[in-house]
Amino acid sequence: MLKEGQIRIPAGCAISGIMNRKGEVFSGRDIIKSIALMHERSNGLGGGFAAYGIYPEFKKYYAFHIFFENKLAKQETEFLLKKYFQIDYDEAIPTRKVSSIKKSPIIWRYFAKPKVNRLIAHEASEAEYVVEFVMKVNSEIEGAFIFSSGKNMGVFKGVGYPEEIGDFFKIDEYKGYLWTAHGRFPTNTPGWWGGAHPFTLLNWSVVHNGEISSYDANRRYLEMYGYKCTLMTDTEAITYIFDLLLRKFGLPLESAVNIVAAPFWSNIERMEPERKKLMKSLRAVFGSLLINGPFSIILGGENGFVALNDRLKLRSLVAAEKGDIIYVASEESAIREVCPNPHRVWAPQGGEPVIGLLEGKEGIFDVEDDGLAEEEILQQSIAL
Amino acid sequence: MSLDFATPMFLIERNKERCFNCQICIRQCANEAHKWDSKKGQVYSIDANCVNCHRCVLMCPTRALSVKKFPWEFRYNANWTPEAIRQVYLQAESGGVLLTGMGNDRPYPVYWDHMLLNASQVTNPSIDPLREPMELKTYLGRKPDVLKIKKGKILEEMPPQLELDVPIMFAAMSFGAISLNAHKSLAAAAKKMGTYWNTGEGGLHADLVEYGSNTIVQVASGRFGVNREYLNVGAAIEIKIGQGAKPGIGGHLPGEKVGEEISKTRMIPQGTDALSPAPHHDIYSIEDLRQLIFSLKEATEYTKPVFVKIAAVHNVAAIASGIVRAGADAVVIDGFRGGTGAAPLRTRDSVGIPIEFALAAVDTRLREEGIRNKASIVIGGTIRNSADVVKAIALGADAVYIGTAALLALGCHICQKCYTGKCNWGIATQNPQLTKRLNPEIGQERLTNLLKAWAHEIEELMGGMGINALESLRGNRLMLRGIGLNDRELNILGIKAAGE
Ligand code: SF4
Ligand code: SF4
Repeated sequence: MLKEGQIRIPAGCAISGIMNRKGEVFSGRDIIKSIALMHERSNGLGGGFAAYGIYPEFKKYYAFHIFFENKLAKQETEFLLKKYFQIDYDEAIPTRKVSSIKKSPIIWRYFAKPKVNRLIAHEASEAEYVVEFVMKVNSEIEGAFIFSSGKNMGVFKGVGYPEEIGDFFKIDEYKGYLWTAHGRFPTNTPGWWGGAHPFTLLNWSVVHNGEISSYDANRRYLEMYGYKCTLMTDTEAITYIFDLLLRKFGLPLESAVNIVAAPFWSNIERMEPERKKLMKSLRAVFGSLLINGPFSIILGGENGFVALNDRLKLRSLVAAEKGDIIYVASEESAIREVCPNPHRVWAPQGGEPVIGLLEGKEGIFDVEDDGLAEEEILQQSIAL
Repeated sequence: MSLDFATPMFLIERNKERCFNCQICIRQCANEAHKWDSKKGQVYSIDANCVNCHRCVLMCPTRALSVKKFPWEFRYNANWTPEAIRQVYLQAESGGVLLTGMGNDRPYPVYWDHMLLNASQVTNPSIDPLREPMELKTYLGRKPDVLKIKKGKILEEMPPQLELDVPIMFAAMSFGAISLNAHKSLAAAAKKMGTYWNTGEGGLHADLVEYGSNTIVQVASGRFGVNREYLNVGAAIEIKIGQGAKPGIGGHLPGEKVGEEISKTRMIPQGTDALSPAPHHDIYSIEDLRQLIFSLKEATEYTKPVFVKIAAVHNVAAIASGIVRAGADAVVIDGFRGGTGAAPLRTRDSVGIPIEFALAAVDTRLREEGIRNKASIVIGGTIRNSADVVKAIALGADAVYIGTAALLALGCHICQKCYTGKCNWGIATQNPQLTKRLNPEIGQERLTNLLKAWAHEIEELMGGMGINALESLRGNRLMLRGIGLNDRELNILGIKAAGE
């Protein structure tokens, strides 16, 4: 049977996210409880967590979390890793025995920095350097899969119910300021750990519920900009869409939201002229990045998250607040499970984002001020 | 004169019990297939003149007429088919090139019919177009890679775009090839439906200037009717390099058709032949094309998108890429089944490639080169129904042109005799007796109905796939599966086989 990446597998899911706006860290216990409540929305074939703020002591290092199917894959990957990166510390990711989780791959983490001479020779931004490396390993080394590549953040995921996966990875022992979780209900049984979610790239993590009907339109557009959609999952495509719009194109978060969950033409017609012009242009230029079909997603970044529904709101999404803490989940009960009396609970409209940012931050990630993104774009337009 | 070997193609059957000799059929038939026998006081037919356009059949008040294939059959021969035999007879008689009208009628595979669409089940809900908005709007023109936005404002102007409420436009058909009433019908329908019609290479009649904002004005090798005003009155300009029905061949409007109106519109003397050379005499390579594109842009102060239309030929992907790099805002590709007012039969039936392959190859190529955003892709030749439209967009087109389908809506019966100037439906003719048969009001209404019906069907099909905006269908090849295609064909189309 073909595994994920060789074939497209539809799935339904549960998602949940919790964040402390002050940046105070808290244990993963709550997120496990919240996602565990939605047990019925998963079927034991995939669960995972993204945690931000968990590696303060390695803040400046890329934390690569990697699955290896065998020792050879590990050797090959390490060879490549050492060629491009300076590894400061590595270890097996600590796990706990969980009776229902039987066949786990080798799971390792590396804290590394790009080799400066290589980076300079590469003539691209550091982010681009890391992205290319991740894509290279994932598409070229058989049996190796980098499933987390950000700084001071990490993903933990695998085949099982999310609460079992949380237990397995000892999520309760980590402390982060932003947590997201995912429980998966794939319609097929690939039994492949890399296929579980969240999906990540650099500091981005995406958990997503739904099946998008625009997948191939999105994918073929992304491939023009060098992204390889090797997993053939919606989540992967969604991650790349945000990476392209926010990091590579440097668009404001609001515009990115207006692209993936675009307002209807009939609503655009009623807008005041300046806004109308902007929306028309966004839809005309980035129409191929409209995410069509049902979805609810939580996009995590170093400074916070955005939760978003498709424009028809075909998937559920609820948000709540209490003090500095902000919650989002597929179901209200998953929030009340960990926060019985929130100050405010609301169901965002289709296409209306819930944005949670750390205090004092304006965007979901800090812009690299080397201005490379813009230069790149300039070069592209000159080349043509 | 030797014996004429050619036998009639059609047999006109007249039901004697119904016919009361009113002679309407005689007046209706420009081909003179019906005659009056004054001695007997009755109507009779000359089968050999009949082109099977059904005009008399539909106009006869008692429905006394029917037209059939002539029963006279050659001895069966898989190689020497009746057409092949008949064509030899014709040429032995005339010594001339065989002419024809309309699109390729040979039994080549129609790849639209080898592609099936997807629909949502369980994991992804379908969308009911009656309850939820369904968006068919699309913009044609060059798109920048990225927009510069600050504080909710766009910092630079977008290149000029055409806004289409439905992704279907009327293909280029010149005034000359078709009648002014046909042009009026197309122009009015395009305006009503928020789309565009195309003048073809015969200029724009003064009466139609009011439809300028829904008009694409064509510039072809003959440069008929092209002047500054013409270029500026349209919403976009289309440079015609080639046409699917006759790639590599120019055009010829015989002098008899060049009456006063056509003479004024085309800016040529009455009664002279209007010859469009095969190549543009100022375009012998891609740099020359670039110059023409930019002189047209200069002439219109960069306010109009410039399209370049080519026939689907073997190397279409590379040519299209060159056209985009030369600065075109849209590439128009016309498939080998596209219609024509007149074309040499051999060219029409044996030159070019199917539009389905050409479209897939061009879209793939432009994406591989990372320049798909730089130009829109419009295709034509032949789109027969709304499912063809949906499949074309899923393969990668931004919009389609319909020509033959539009003429069908106006009454055309695809008799393939457009080149004779005797179109009994008042379409492909300039004879005032015939053109008055086409009422532009009614024509407009029928075209509008057609587009409305197709738009509804497209919405239904999209809703079934769980898609509510056209842009999510564009290039979404996962929504297509091939049936009865070999690996190579699937590969070129970039789609999977049914069941995969
Ligand atoms: S129009 Fe009909 S009824 Fe009249 S003459 Fe012709 S066949 Fe007879
Ligand atoms: S336009 Fe007129 S002449 Fe041409 S095929 Fe149609 S009916 Fe026949």
